[in-house]
Amino acid sequence: MPQIFPRSANALVRTSLFGAIFFIGFLGWAGYELDYSHWNTRARVPQEQLVPFSHKHHVGGEGFDCRYCHTSVETSSFAGIPPTQICMNCHSQIWRTSPMLEPVRASYRTNDSLHWTRVHDLPDYVYFNHSIHVAKGVGCESCHGRVDTMPLTWEENALRMEWCLNCHRHPEKYVRPREFVTTMGYQPAGDQEEIGRRLMQEYHIQDARLLTSCSTCHR
Amino acid sequence: MSDSPNKLDLAAVRARLEGARGRDYWRSLEDLASQPEFQELLVREFPQQAVGWSDDEDSAEGRRNFLKLMGASLALAGLAACTRQPTELITPYVRQPEELIPGRPLFYATAVTLNGVANGVLAESHEGRPTKIEGNPEHPATLGAADSFAQASVLQLYDPDRSQTVMFEGELRDWGAFYGAVREVLAAQAASRGAGIRILTETTTSTVIADQIKQIQALYPAAKWHQWEPAGPHNARAAAMQAFGQPTNTYYDVAKANVIVSLDADFLASGVASLRYARQFAARRRVRGNQTEMSRLYVVEPMPTPTGTKADHRLPLRAGDIEEFAWALATGLGAANGPKSGENVDIYKWIGPIARDLQAHKGASLVIAGDYQPPIVHALAHVMNASLGNVGHTVLYTDPIEVNPVDQLASLQDLVKDLDAGAVDLLLVLGGNPVFNAPVEIGMRDRIRKARLRAHLSLQQDETSEMCQWNLPEAHYLETWGDARAFDGTVTIQQPLIEPLYGGRSVLQVLNMLTDKPLTSPYDLVKGYWAAQHKSADFETWWRRAVHDGVVPGTALPTKTPAVRGGAITAPAAPRRLGGTLEVIFRPDPTIYDGRFANNGWLQELPKPITKLTWDNAAYMSLATANRLGVMPEDELYWSTDGVPMVELTYQGRTLKAPVFVQPGHVNGAITLHLGYGRTKAGRAGTGMGFNPYGLRTSQALWNDVGLEAKKTTGTYVFASTQNEHVLDSRRHLYREATIEEYKKNPEAANEGAEAPPRGLTLYPDFPYNGYAWGMAIDLTACTGCGACVVACQAENNIAVVGKDQVRRGRAMHWIRVDNYYSGDPNNPSLYNQPVPCMQCEDAPCELVCPVQATTHSAEGLNDMVYNRCVGTRYCSNNCPYKVRRFNFYLFQDFETPSLKLMRNPDVSVRSRGVMEKCTYCVQRINAAKIDAERADRKVRDGDIQTACQATCPNEAIIFGNINDPDSRVAKMKAEKLNYGMLADLNTRPRTTYLAGLRNPNPEIEG
Repeated sequence: MPQIFPRSANALVRTSLFGAIFFIGFLGWAGYELDYSHWNTRARVPQEQLVPFSHKHHVGGEGFDCRYCHTSVETSSFAGIPPTQICMNCHSQIWRTSPMLEPVRASYRTNDSLHWTRVHDLPDYVYFNHSIHVAKGVGCESCHGRVDTMPLTWEENALRMEWCLNCHRHPEKYVRPREFVTTMGYQPAGDQEEIGRRLMQEYHIQDARLLTSCSTCHR
Repeated sequence: MSDSPNKLDLAAVRARLEGARGRDYWRSLEDLASQPEFQELLVREFPQQAVGWSDDEDSAEGRRNFLKLMGASLALAGLAACTRQPTELITPYVRQPEELIPGRPLFYATAVTLNGVANGVLAESHEGRPTKIEGNPEHPATLGAADSFAQASVLQLYDPDRSQTVMFEGELRDWGAFYGAVREVLAAQAASRGAGIRILTETTTSTVIADQIKQIQALYPAAKWHQWEPAGPHNARAAAMQAFGQPTNTYYDVAKANVIVSLDADFLASGVASLRYARQFAARRRVRGNQTEMSRLYVVEPMPTPTGTKADHRLPLRAGDIEEFAWALATGLGAANGPKSGENVDIYKWIGPIARDLQAHKGASLVIAGDYQPPIVHALAHVMNASLGNVGHTVLYTDPIEVNPVDQLASLQDLVKDLDAGAVDLLLVLGGNPVFNAPVEIGMRDRIRKARLRAHLSLQQDETSEMCQWNLPEAHYLETWGDARAFDGTVTIQQPLIEPLYGGRSVLQVLNMLTDKPLTSPYDLVKGYWAAQHKSADFETWWRRAVHDGVVPGTALPTKTPAVRGGAITAPAAPRRLGGTLEVIFRPDPTIYDGRFANNGWLQELPKPITKLTWDNAAYMSLATANRLGVMPEDELYWSTDGVPMVELTYQGRTLKAPVFVQPGHVNGAITLHLGYGRTKAGRAGTGMGFNPYGLRTSQALWNDVGLEAKKTTGTYVFASTQNEHVLDSRRHLYREATIEEYKKNPEAANEGAEAPPRGLTLYPDFPYNGYAWGMAIDLTACTGCGACVVACQAENNIAVVGKDQVRRGRAMHWIRVDNYYSGDPNNPSLYNQPVPCMQCEDAPCELVCPVQATTHSAEGLNDMVYNRCVGTRYCSNNCPYKVRRFNFYLFQDFETPSLKLMRNPDVSVRSRGVMEKCTYCVQRINAAKIDAERADRKVRDGDIQTACQATCPNEAIIFGNINDPDSRVAKMKAEKLNYGMLADLNTRPRTTYLAGLRNPNPEIEG
C-alpha cells in the first residue's frame, strides 16, 4: 500500500506541534488582553448619560468642591449621587430654559428620579466604604482620576482587586494630608513615601495584614 | 414494656445509664442506645442522604447527571467568569429626606404585637426598606431583646403570598367599592341602630381602637363587638374575676424572686413579657467570681419547654394534674385547705421541700400559673403569692391592659347565637382566622355564612377569607400607624417605615369607616387621639418624643393590691381520672404560634425548642406511652426515610391521624398537640404542612382533657427534625455543668478532667493579634434555647430557607444552631441547651484544607469566608469538628421574587448555589463599628459591636467583643473559672467559648 502522506508532510506536523504551543499562548494572550481591555472593564470609556453632565465644567471650570454634591462621602459607604434638588439649587436660577437640562426640571416637577448610568460599578460581593478612605487621606483623585478634566465622566481605573491591593499593601505610596483629599492635581510637598509613612502614623492607618484580610472588603 | 427487637433497645439504655459516671449526656434516644446508625452519623459531615444523589431525590439530580454537570461546569467555569458586568443605573432622590444618609441605616421605634400585647422594637431601615428588627432598650417589655416572632415579622412584611388587593367574591375591587358597600349597609342599619352589625377582632390593647369602637357604639348602640383569640390568656382573665371580682392584669418582677415555682408556665420563652422575665431571671442566675447567689426554679409541666430546661427541679405532670399539685402546694403553705396526699405520689413528693423553700423567702418568692391552666390554678397562685407576702414585691397587679377583657369564648358563642338567629347583616372580621381556629364544635366554616355580608381583613388570604365575600388586604405593622400597650400598660405608638406595599389598611382604618368621620388617615387618628389625651402647648414636642422613644411616658398602669375574695377558693374538685384513656393537651406551637405564622419560612424552619422539629407538628408523647401504644418507631431514627408510625387520635367522637414523636421528659399518659398546623389555605410555605389539632379542640377543652383514645394506624410519616443532624459525640464533654454547691467548693468543678493540650503543641504557625481579637463567650446557665438568635441571624445574614425535604437531608442553612442534650432517665431527663455558632478557631482545621484559599484567617482572628472564591469542594466542612459550615447544595436563595429583594440586608452578600457559608461573627457589623471608630480617631469601645444573635438574646447569654481588651465583658467572662472551649482537646483554640451551666438544686430533694 502506498504511503498516503508524502515525506514533506512531516514538516507540517512538526510545525503544527510548535504552532499549537504558540496558538495556545496566543489564545491566552488574547483572553488576557480582552479581559483587561477598556471594552470589558469600561475603564476610560466616557459613559453616555441622559443629561450630559460635565465634571470638567463644574469642577474644573466653576471650582465646585466634590462634597457640594457628593454629600455623604465623609459619613457613609456611599458618596451619594446628588438629588435633583441639588441641581436645582443653581439651575432654578441659571440655564433655566436650557433644553439640555429639561430632564432635570422634569424630575423636579414630577418627583421622578433622574436615571444616571453607573460609572463605577463594583461587584456585589465587594463592600467599599468611601468615608473611611477619605478620613484616612485617600484623595478622590487617587481612584477617580482627574475628574476636573472629564467632560463626560469615565472610570479612570478598572477597579480590579489587584489594583485595590496595591494601595492596601502600601498605603504610604498614595495617602495625602486630609486637607487635600478633594484637591485635583495634588503634588506632595516632598517625598511621597516619607510623607505617607508619617501620615500613616498620624491617621492610625492599619497595617497591611489587616488591610488585606479578606473580610476587610468581602462580607 | 416489650423487649421485641423492633423496639428501642431499652436494655442497652439501662446498661449505659448504670455504667455512667458523673454526668452522662445524650443527644437523643438513638444516641442513648448507641445505635450503630447514630454512631455513623457522628463521623459524617451530613446524614447519608446529604450527598446529593440519593435514590429518592429527583432523578434529574442523580449521580450521572451530577458528574455530567460537574464536567460541563468545569469547562464553562472559565468562560462564565468572563461575563461583562451589565450596565446599572443610579436613581437618586429628587428631594432627599434630611435625616437620611444613603448607605447608613436608620432605626425607628415601633411595636410588634402578639395577642394584642406590645413588644417595643427598633426597626432598621435601609433607604426606606425595613430589613431587621432589634429590641428597643427603652421599652420595659423587651429591654433591647427581641423574640423569634418579632425577628421574623420582616419576612411577614415581604411575604410574596400577602393579600394584594381588595376582592369581592373573587373579583378585583378597590377600597372605594368596599367603602360604598359598607355605607350602604350602614344606611340600612341606621333605623335599627346597627342591630345587624357585628365586629369580630382579636384581642386589642390599642387605646385608639378603643376610641374608634366607642364612637361606633355611640352611633350604632345595637352593634356588637366580639373578640376571639385561640391562644389567649382566657383562663387568667377568668381567674382574676374569680379571685378578685374585678378584671386584673398580673405581672411579675422576676429580678426580686429568690425561689420561683412555675405551674406549667413557660414564662421565660412565651407569653406576655417573657423577654423581660428571661432577662431578669438570667441576671439572678449569673454567677461570676465571688457572686455565687442564684435563684431557684421549680417547674411542673407536661411537655418540656424552654423554661423547663432551666429548672433546678422539673417534675413532669399531666396538665390536668397540675391543679392537684397547686392545691397540695397551697395546702403545704397553709394558704388553702386541700388534700395532703393523694393517689399520684409524684404530685406530693416535693411539696414539703418546695413549701419550706418558699416560706424561707417570703416576699422574695414567686408562684406563676401558666396561661393554659384552669382559673382555679391561677386563683391558687394568687392565694399563695398573697400568703407569701409576694404581692407588691414579686407579683404586681394592675387594671387590665386589654381594651375590653371579656370572656372571649363566651363572646364568640354569643356571635354564633346571633349568626344562627340570622341577626347578622354585616360581619367584619378584622384580623384573625376564626374559620380555622374557632373551637371545632362551632363549625365556624358553615356558621359564618349565615351573616349576610362578610368582610375579612387579613395579611393573607386564608381559610376565613374563603368564606367571606369581601377580602381586604391588611396593612402590616411596619406599614401603618397604631398604638398598643405592653404587659404593664406602657403604650407604644407604632409608626410606619414604608408605604403599604399593596395598599393595605389597618384594623383602625376599617373601623374608622364606620364612624361619622370616615376615611381619616391613620396618622391623624392616632395623633388626634393623643392630642386629646395630652392637652398642652408642648404637644408637638411631647408627641415627637413619644414616637421617637417608642414609649409614651407615664402610661404604665398604676399597681393595685386587690384582695382575694373569701369564696374564691372552693374545695378542690375530684381529680379527673384517665380511666385507661390518655390526656390530650393543646398548646400553641412554639414557632408558628396559633397558625398565624404558618406561611413564614423562617419560623417554619426554626427548629422548635427541645424537639428540634421543623415544618411539622406531631403527637408528642413519652417513651412509656409510645411503648404502651405499640408505636415505638421501628428504628427510632427520625431522619429515616421510612418514617415514624402514625396514631389515630379519637377525642369526643372526632378523630385525627398524627405522626408519633417520642419526647424524653414528656409526661406519661398524655399526648401534646401543637396548634397551628394543617392549614388548608396559608400560602406556599404553610399550606398542607403538619396536621390540624383544632379538629379535636372543643370549647369544653381548650387546653387539656382526659378521654383521648389513641391507637396505632397504618402509614408512616417522615419528620425533619434537626436533633440528629450536625451531631457531635455527646460523650466528649461538649456540654458541661455543675451545681452551685460544687462550684462553691471548686469553681472548676464543671471542667474537671478536661484535657487541654499545651499551646506550643501544634504545627500551626503562631499568629500575633496586635489590634483587636474578636471573641465570643456563651453563658450556658443563661441560655433557654428559645431560638430567637437563629432567626435574628437568618434575618441579618440573608440566610436562605431550604424547605422540609432539604432540612431532612441535613441541609438547613442556619449559621447558629441550638443543640439540645439530655442526661439521666429518659422518662425525666435533665435538659440542656447549647448555642453553636462558628467557633472561629485560632488554629482552624477548615482553613488548611481549602484548595482555593476561600477560607482564610483574618488579622483579627476571624475565619473569613470568601464566597466568590469558593468552588464548593466542601473539604472545609468535612474537616470542621463542630459541623458549623453550611453548603448551598442548590440555589436556595430566591433571586426572582421582587418583594424578597427589598428584604435583604444590603451589607451581606447573597450566596448562590455551590458556595460554602458559615457564621462570620457578623463581620459587617464589626466593620461598620470599626469604620465609625476609626473615623472618629478612637478605638472600638466594648459594646459598640453586638452580633445579631447577641443583640436579640433576652438572656444576655451571648457576649461578643475584643478579647485583647482585659476590661471587655467577653474577656472577663473568658477569665471565669467556668469558661471552657468545646472540643478544646483538639487544640483548635476556639474563639467561641462557653461558661459551664450551673444549677441550684434544693439539697432537700434527691436527684
